[in-house]
Amino acid sequence: MSTLTALARVQAAHHGAAQQICTVRHLHVHDRPLVLVPLTLAGETNAPLAAMVGDRHGNPQVLVVPRPRLREQRFVFVERLANIVLSYVDGFTDDVETLPAKRKDDEPRQRFTDAPQVWVPNPGGVEYLRLMGRMTRFRQTTGDYAVAAGVPQLGKWATWLAEQAEYPDSSVLVAATQALTGFWATGQSSLEDGNLAALMGWIAPPAGMTAEQAAATAEDPILCPPAGPATDPQFDRLVLAPALRDLEEAPSDAVRVRVQERLTLALREQMQPTWDRVWQAIGLLGAQQPGGSVEQRWAADRDRFSDFVAYLRDTGHPQAKRDSAVLGARKLHDMERRLANFEAQRAFDDPLVMGEQRMTGEAFTGIVTWSDPLRTVTLSRRVLRPGIVVETEDPLRLVAGDADLRDPQRPNQKASILRLSESAGKISVSLELQGGTGSGLTAPPGSVPAVGERVTYSRLQVSYMSPGQFPARDQTPWTHGGPPQPYAPATSDAAEDWS
Amino acid sequence: MTAAEQAERAVAEIIGTFTSGAHRGVVVDSPPGAGKSTLVVRTSTELARQGEQICVVAQTNSQVDDLIIRMATAADDLRIGRLSAGDYRPSDEVSRFPFVRVASKIDDLASCKIIVGTAAKWVYVTDGQWPWAIIDEAYQMRSDMLLRIASRFERMLFVGDPGQLDPFSTVEESHRWAGLAWDPMQSAVAVLLRNNPDLPQLRLPLSWRLPPSAAPVVAKAFYPFTGFEAATAPQTRGMKATAAGLGVGPVDDVIDIAAETGWGFYEMPARNTIRTDAEAVQATVAIATRVLQRGTETYCEHAPGGRRIEPGRIAVGAAHRDQVTALRQALEASGGSGIRVDTANRLQGAEFDVTVMLHPLSGRIDATAFHLESGRLCVLTSRHRHACIVVGRAGIPDLLDTHPSVEPIYLDAMTKFPDGWEANQAMLAHLAGHRVAAF
Repeated sequence: MSTLTALARVQAAHHGAAQQICTVRHLHVHDRPLVLVPLTLAGETNAPLAAMVGDRHGNPQVLVVPRPRLREQRFVFVERLANIVLSYVDGFTDDVETLPAKRKDDEPRQRFTDAPQVWVPNPGGVEYLRLMGRMTRFRQTTGDYAVAAGVPQLGKWATWLAEQAEYPDSSVLVAATQALTGFWATGQSSLEDGNLAALMGWIAPPAGMTAEQAAATAEDPILCPPAGPATDPQFDRLVLAPALRDLEEAPSDAVRVRVQERLTLALREQMQPTWDRVWQAIGLLGAQQPGGSVEQRWAADRDRFSDFVAYLRDTGHPQAKRDSAVLGARKLHDMERRLANFEAQRAFDDPLVMGEQRMTGEAFTGIVTWSDPLRTVTLSRRVLRPGIVVETEDPLRLVAGDADLRDPQRPNQKASILRLSESAGKISVSLELQGGTGSGLTAPPGSVPAVGERVTYSRLQVSYMSPGQFPARDQTPWTHGGPPQPYAPATSDAAEDWS
Repeated sequence: MTAAEQAERAVAEIIGTFTSGAHRGVVVDSPPGAGKSTLVVRTSTELARQGEQICVVAQTNSQVDDLIIRMATAADDLRIGRLSAGDYRPSDEVSRFPFVRVASKIDDLASCKIIVGTAAKWVYVTDGQWPWAIIDEAYQMRSDMLLRIASRFERMLFVGDPGQLDPFSTVEESHRWAGLAWDPMQSAVAVLLRNNPDLPQLRLPLSWRLPPSAAPVVAKAFYPFTGFEAATAPQTRGMKATAAGLGVGPVDDVIDIAAETGWGFYEMPARNTIRTDAEAVQATVAIATRVLQRGTETYCEHAPGGRRIEPGRIAVGAAHRDQVTALRQALEASGGSGIRVDTANRLQGAEFDVTVMLHPLSGRIDATAFHLESGRLCVLTSRHRHACIVVGRAGIPDLLDTHPSVEPIYLDAMTKFPDGWEANQAMLAHLAGHRVAAF
């Protein structure tokens, strides 16, 4: 936890209200998201019990697995869930925009003008989708154990969504608790923040309650049922188990229907508060001003969505169970670069985030007190290297010789520290600048910070993300086990046990 | 057999195994200060003299420069190439050697017998294959980097220290690849051996750096299965303060104990503190500067008559960068400039006469995986030729007992031995016998 977040938590506890830790929201909030509140049956991995799902707050669909231990019923549930999710996703594949080619010889690119955004209550919901994807994407629609066509299709989408959620800059699958704690700090522990009801209690306590009272109420599973996917053990014992037993033992269909109604109602009551809170969270976050780069990151999400739709329309093989050596290395490379870019964009969009960098001494803000736009140095020939001096009161940890610093106002200009001198609590930083000044020996006006200008230098930068040089899959070297077998659908996949 | 003969035999065996060409890969484990760089320089110059072209892959630019200087000094008859980024400017030391050629394209180095570059630079060589390569500091290299360059070389010699810090990723929490044989977050050697368990694994048996007082301690705590010994005899190394301590302070006492036994533990009263614990920082700095003030002399195989410790031969180490900043500022304020202050990560590979370390767990209320990582403590306690003084708050063993390792364990995951928790306990148990209580 950064110092500023820790301070915000102390302040939240002191004032009894959540504190903003960002000045702008860094997450894209969709105007038509799909919310999914899943519940699972205790005792088996990701055995679906019920779900509340839909793209409108007032119109949730409630799906219940009446006999959740039966394998066939699980696939009936997945099929119904697939109908809802797939029709939501397909709704974004109609409108296309055409973009100019990235390189000269390429064809112009096309991408969808919008993409889906799925909200789940917490990271458990993300894991639910990941496991759901693993359990369904290899199923087959013909032969033994055939399932409906939507089942493996949902599996591929669930896998894709859960995989995107591993990247911090993606907004296609959002866990509400994480989205909220990324914007507000509460006066409770981060473990308690994992409880959506307690977290919402701090951020928006119900009328007549203080934040602390609301958070304390959230600990009572009767008043605030858990946000899932795991259910409350008391509910399991007192409501669920008897209902499941009654269903097994029902003497007639009429009785069975009535028990089923009772069960559906009980499960609905368990999910409804969470459903409302997720929508409330979407509303609260959606009302915040978005950061300057949110649009750009959502465009990248739309790019990846378009690519995946194209992939499904092309070969559409289910994603591999495990990453191959080359794919793993590529993904790690992507993750690291996207994370670095995301951190830089956040800091550039948001003075509070940059403030955290300044607190740690990795960045500094100050006023230019001296500027020489015509300074030159002689390397192999005489070249322009403007110099400036910045006076700062920040607790600087950078040292002379540190290079590749940038000010967000001039992203193409690199600065390196020549000298530091300290007097009266202020540090004067002498910087040598390179780039962004044209090719001659005179810098165009405005390309070099002028005296009196306020600048912020840090190591953060938003750079072009090179895809990196990796061997082809069939060129995997012997050090990493050699080329892997190409994928071939196996009939045994269809017979695989659920968990 | 003398130590020199024993070391020579090990080196000859390694070079023989590698140059026989019978294996695509050979792994050499090298404990701290065991002559790893010497091995790399010898293997490459010997192969080059036989008319072969050999590539050397290091992890950082300073490692590359260091190797080039050593190679150029050892063999002025060989053309050496430095594969560098376009904006690299050779340091003065490197440009002293006219037969070292610097280029950013591999084709411009075709005439060189030895080509040295960082792994990050070798990635951009996308064509061709070279018969011999040495991967230096292979335990610091991530396996995804090896994946990207492995096809360029027919046979590779992997040299590194298994006790040092694991390679690093900014993506910490991903367990996506845990258990896979090609987990990209693992070190190059871990993945190589997981996929090719039959490769010969050799080791350098003697540490030329660590004194006899330190080698068994470090070997037991951090290299429990292979072990190593000190190359020097106890009477060869010594350290004494020429000015007697004033007999008044624990700072002088801990220096005396360290001079006598090679270890000192300056134990401050138990307290939970912020990371940049002001008292601990002051104590660490006081000890480091006091070593200089007292005109401490060391004698060893290089200087049997003794020599005075210069500031550059002392290092102060810590776990976090903010601690390093605080220590650096305090040192400058108390006239200790010239003493190297750095984090464990940056002290890897460096060597000093005396080291003063702020214990990673000092004053903490919890022990996270970061602080428990055995490589961190190993680096901090194995940089010295004479003595290591550790500064810490009392109560670290209790802290360890209340924070057992709770990291999840994944099926088939590569586990690293020794466990950080156990290594910390072993080191603390040893330090307990060299304890000086601060007031």
